[in-house]
Amino acid sequence: MYQLLKQIAKTGIVTEPAPHPDTALRALEQRLGEVILKHFGRALAIRHVDAGSCNGCELEIHAMNSPYYNLEQLGIKFVASPRHADMLLVTGPVSRNMEVALKRTWEATPDPKLVVAIGDCGCTGGIFGESYASCGRISNVIPVDVAVPGCPPAPVAIMQGILTAISTGQRR
Amino acid sequence: MRLNELPIEAEPLAGAMPAFCATVPAVELRSICEQARARKARLVALWGSDETPRIESNPGAGYALHIALAFPSGLLWLSVPLSREDPRYPGIADIYPSANRMQRAAADLLGIAPSADADRRKWLRHAAWPEDAFPLRKDFDATGRPGRDEDRYAFVTVGGEGVHEIPVGPVHAGTIEPGHFRFSIVGEKILRLEERLGYKHKGIEKRFEAITLEEGAKLAGRVSGDSTVAYAWAYAMAVEGATGTVPPPRALALRGILLELERIANHLGDLGYLGNDVALSFGFFQFWRLKEDLLRTNAGLFGHRYLMDLIAPGGVAKNLSRREAELLVEHIESIRREVVTLKSIYDEHAGAQDRFIMTGQVLPELAERTGLTGLAGRASGIAHDLRVDHPIPPWQQLDPRMASHTRGDVAARVSVRFDEVFESMRLIKALVEQLPPGEIRAPVAAAEAGARGLGWVEGWRGEVLIALDVAGAGRIHRLHPHDPSWQNWPLLEHAVHGNIVPDFPLINKSFNLSYSGQDL
Repeated sequence: MYQLLKQIAKTGIVTEPAPHPDTALRALEQRLGEVILKHFGRALAIRHVDAGSCNGCELEIHAMNSPYYNLEQLGIKFVASPRHADMLLVTGPVSRNMEVALKRTWEATPDPKLVVAIGDCGCTGGIFGESYASCGRISNVIPVDVAVPGCPPAPVAIMQGILTAISTGQRR
Repeated sequence: MRLNELPIEAEPLAGAMPAFCATVPAVELRSICEQARARKARLVALWGSDETPRIESNPGAGYALHIALAFPSGLLWLSVPLSREDPRYPGIADIYPSANRMQRAAADLLGIAPSADADRRKWLRHAAWPEDAFPLRKDFDATGRPGRDEDRYAFVTVGGEGVHEIPVGPVHAGTIEPGHFRFSIVGEKILRLEERLGYKHKGIEKRFEAITLEEGAKLAGRVSGDSTVAYAWAYAMAVEGATGTVPPPRALALRGILLELERIANHLGDLGYLGNDVALSFGFFQFWRLKEDLLRTNAGLFGHRYLMDLIAPGGVAKNLSRREAELLVEHIESIRREVVTLKSIYDEHAGAQDRFIMTGQVLPELAERTGLTGLAGRASGIAHDLRVDHPIPPWQQLDPRMASHTRGDVAARVSVRFDEVFESMRLIKALVEQLPPGEIRAPVAAAEAGARGLGWVEGWRGEVLIALDVAGAGRIHRLHPHDPSWQNWPLLEHAVHGNIVPDFPLINKSFNLSYSGQDL
């Protein structure tokens, strides 16, 4: 126990400041009013859905919970069910085998809801494109508010995407 | 030439790893596999191909079944020609249990099927295309959207008083890849788990056939993102073998450094999550801090946090200066010191050890019979590691030490991860010290039609295989990327027997298998 406490004390707080929203990432105009956004901004619940990624984007989504980024300090947390979620964080491309599951997850998420597409494949279909097995980008299957490119996008970029989705700024 | 281990004629296959090719008729397949099994050969992969475009050079060409078997002397690539009219073959899933899902995938994609008594349920197809369409046949239009089929799947049901089912997924509660798990339980105890995978099937193998050999490197690095270095190296090795390209020694040493960095990053992440899953969130935060330190080192020195697109056929894309190499060793050393502390905290934490020990056990006998491989295999007494079994450059003079354990539980898989982190750090330091001077990339020669190449690399999860058959003009006739998760997923079903449902996430994480790598 001594060793454990010593390690915690030695480590200290490593969390870095959060990024600012970037309206250039918006795919759709902000549809939510300021009152709702004010609440979302303090307590946002996210459901992550992997709709067919290579699992690279998942590595960076995990990293957002590391002490350097510490997503929870912003009042943002991941929840176990879409029914508890305000936002879907979706990686892709959407495989045809996940098309129905993604639509159902979106339908199960209560309104008002937001969708953030993560990664080059989520934004455009990426290297996998559209085929007999792939529907391509996320917005081919469900409406996307904010799209974050990158292969995979760094944790700061994903955080920026999330914060953009709950900001009042309009698309440039 | 005659193979040491089997009474068949086999041609040596050019390339970095020792490998042989042989063509055998379908009637001999089972007896060859039985003899191979008796000689402790491991099944590395099974896949199919459509050979009909080669009808001019090979009259009567239809389809083919391919099997990769690992012998002590190297890898044997067996090809079994199958007729166009009746592409059936005698199944081998009773000899090599891990062949079951591979046979079903080959049936979904190519319509080549094992004879009637085998498990004939679909595996990768789900409802995305009809039963009589086969995406990997050459006449299949990859860009079309075939009509949806109905998705019925016959799960094995467990009867008896008090037995009930818990269906989980494909969308899980945590940040994980999609797959479906069907638990049959009594009270809290798991009687049976049946996995259904294939949700991430996005047509990777068909995609390879539409792009050039050069473009393929990028796609190979995205078969399973967490193993991007292992796949990119295996792809490069396959292309180099098929084209007779010899990468410079410096490039091979740099590839070794990249592969070990990937192993350390993944092991650190898993060790953190394994702590998290037993309510030791301290472990999660500490290990993910160290993992982030390593990822930032990667980004600073190589330009990518996960080292994507750094290995290409012929060599590597980024050199390491003397100063950068010293910096790398410094960073690795500072992470190593902290991992030593964290290991002793994990070892002495009674609560964590209580959850780790005897949880999710796969005994060596079962592991051997069913073909458990890679990291999980080494935790269950399967002493194989390609860096040790076939120490080609850059491993040659480094004498890599294999981590191993025999208890096969979560604690054993934790222990193997710790050992491998320290060994990888030692290897990186040794590689940096002995970094040969010279070029980092050799020109890649043109590939001839029909040339074959094999890439076989010990990734952090286990052996990654790329089997390449060139179409000519820099195109791919058939490429099969094979993830060790194919072999290990079925063992997860065994590992959970008799455990309680709340331990499933812990057991699952201790294997940490790839969905994307097996769904393709």
